Parts: sequence; structure tokens; C-alpha cells
Amino acid sequence: MRCDEYRDRLDAYIDAELSPQEMSAVEAHLKTCELCAAEVPLQSRLKREVRLAGKAYAPSLEFRRRVEAAIAPPKKASRFRLWVPSLAMAAVLLIAALFGWNQVRPRSDATLAELVDMHVATLASASPVDVVSTDRHTVKPWFQGKIPFTFNLPELKDTGFTLVGGRVSYIQQQPAAQLLFQVRQHKISVFIQQERASGSVGDTAQSAFTVRSWKNAGLQYWLVTDANPQDAEALQKLLKSAS
Amino acid sequence: MPLFDSLFNFARWLTRNKEEAEDLVQETYVKALKGFGSFQTGTNFRAWMFRILRNTFLTSRAGLAAQKTVYLEEEEGLPGDAQGMSTTETPETILLERMDEQTMQTAIGELPTTLKEVLLLCEVEEMSYQEMSEALAIPMGTVMSRLSRARAALRKALSAKVREA
Repeated sequence: MRCDEYRDRLDAYIDAELSPQEMSAVEAHLKTCELCAAEVPLQSRLKREVRLAGKAYAPSLEFRRRVEAAIAPPKKASRFRLWVPSLAMAAVLLIAALFGWNQVRPRSDATLAELVDMHVATLASASPVDVVSTDRHTVKPWFQGKIPFTFNLPELKDTGFTLVGGRVSYIQQQPAAQLLFQVRQHKISVFIQQERASGSVGDTAQSAFTVRSWKNAGLQYWLVTDANPQDAEALQKLLKSAS
Repeated sequence: MPLFDSLFNFARWLTRNKEEAEDLVQETYVKALKGFGSFQTGTNFRAWMFRILRNTFLTSRAGLAAQKTVYLEEEEGLPGDAQGMSTTETPETILLERMDEQTMQTAIGELPTTLKEVLLLCEVEEMSYQEMSEALAIPMGTVMSRLSRARAALRKALSAKVREA
């Protein structure tokens, strides 16, 4: 490769966007080319200076409050409207605005916020599940050895629900199975954990997400979704029937 | 609210005006609320929010005005000498030593929108090329060529400003 071709890659090199092989090739070239080698500290310096100078403007508190008010769900919204998916976003933004993502809250509120946070993080993740399968006979065994309990999954054929996959998560420092289901365009997270004395959050709609909570055969189940309550109930029934 | 500070900073750079930046950010959140149902699992949430903000800006009065003075660029042009790598001119390290934050901010502010936005997303928001590609709705190759062009234009502008001073 010619020197100018390496030079064209210096941006990507400094931005750490090259593959390990390409990085090694550029580094080898830098050892032999003074011109290119001189560019690296210069560009790195420039990058740092732009970062410092670029963080120039902060929103005022008054403006922040105005936007919070603008996106708050209407107080007298009908029960139906609370489930409109767009308002799920309001809940995300408001939970973050009012509590911060990780602030200490009363235990049941903290659990609720933790569950909603995990559900939203799953929706936003590029790889929402660690075991990708619509087959319950693949997903369930995947959890063996990863969590200290087992659970049953229902047959979903012709129910409108599909299993997307699962992952291991932690709720209040205890291991849990997180299963991701889909109904139409909506995702539903079901968290399963060993039953404890406390930790149930009850059924709630406070956050504009449907949260269902129940106990069965020594296990604690939580279901979190922006789908409508009827869908949540239908999946809850299916899961109960499999237990 | 997640991303609130970042979105405001970005909006302020784009609009160069506090009131317009506030309108832009507020409209972005309102649009995000309305469109959250269309948010696709697996896509990048941050890139999605910045994309809404940018699209809103581009259709605003300030955005349309900015596009009229758009920097005519050859998207697939080769970076390199034409990009102003002035290794044979006054050592830029010395120029950088003489430069203060105000000079840097002026130079960034004066960049054409297409270059300014890619530079800010990369350096300030520390987005990956993939994220920038999603936020700006342009291919990765264009992200790279614009970024290279933005850095070259910034260096050129900084050199000129420091020499003027």
C-alpha cells in the first residue's frame, strides 16, 4: 500500500474504526513513515480540542421543565389512551426525568423501575436476546446451568404470540430469566425469578407500561410491555397454563 | 430525560440560536413520542433521536437557509493533499498551541452544516461511524469522506484564524 493510502486511513485509525488487522498494518507503516507518524498526535490533539470546545451549550433548567411538561401524559387521559404505544416513550422519558435511571426508590417502585428500565434497554439494544429462537425447546434448555431454577413455556402456535428469545438478567442482584415475546409490533418482556418474601410489584399501569406480576410454583413472574392489557393478560394465561 | 443535554448542544450548534435550538429540541421530543411505535428494535436509540432532530432542523426555516449555502462537496472525492494536510506549511502543532477555545468554537461554528454535524457527532457525542451513518441517513463511506473533509476544513480555518490573530 502506498503512503497516501495509509494516510487516508488515519482518520479511521484515530477513531478506532479499523479492524485489528488494519490497525496493525497502519501501525507498522507509522514506524517507517515520519510524515504519517507526525499526523497522529496532531489529529488526536485536534480531536480532543474539538470535543472540549464542542461541549459548549447547556439547556436551561426552565427549558428542561418546559419540555418535561410538554411530553408528560395528560392527567385525565382515558384508560385506553394510556396504552397508546407513543406514550410508552413518555414514560421512558419521565421515569428518567423524575427519578434518574438508577436512583434509590422504595423497594416495589425500584423493582418496577428496574423492570421497565430493563425492558426499554432490551428494546433499544442491537442484540436484545442472547439465545435467539422461536422454539421453546431451544430457549428453555439454554437457561440450564445459568439460573438456579427451571420453568415451563407454553405452546404459542396460533396464539398470535411469538417467542423471540431469552437472556439472563438480574433483578435486585438475583439472577432471572428474561424472555422476549412479540405480539404484532409490540415486544413483551417476561422476567422469571425465584420467589422471595418481597419484590412483587403488583399489576400496575403507572408508568404507561403494562406490568403484570404473579407467583406460581415457587417462582416470581413479571411481565412488562407497551402492548395493550388484553395482550398482557392473554400471555399471562398461557404462561400460567404451562406452569 | 435521556440525551437532553446532548440534543440541545447539537441543536444549538446547528441553529446557532438559543430560541431556535429550544424549539428544535422540544419538537424532537414531541415527534419521538408520536413515532415511538415505529422505533425498530435493534436500531440505535441515540442515532434515532439525533436523526429526528436533524430531519426537523433540515425542514425548519433555519435548516432550509443553511442548505442554500451548502458546501458543494464531491462525496467520493479522495482525502489527502486536497484536504489541506499542510505538513509542509507552518507546523500545526505550534498553531494549535496558540489557539484558544473561543477560536476553536468560532471555527467549528463557521463550518458548513454537513461538515459541522459529522464532526460534532464524532468528537463530542463520540458516535461510531455506524451510528453516524444511521443518525445522518448517509452511507458509511460518505460518513468517512465527510469526516475527513470536516477535519481538513477545520484545520485550514484554524490555521487562517491563528495567523490572522
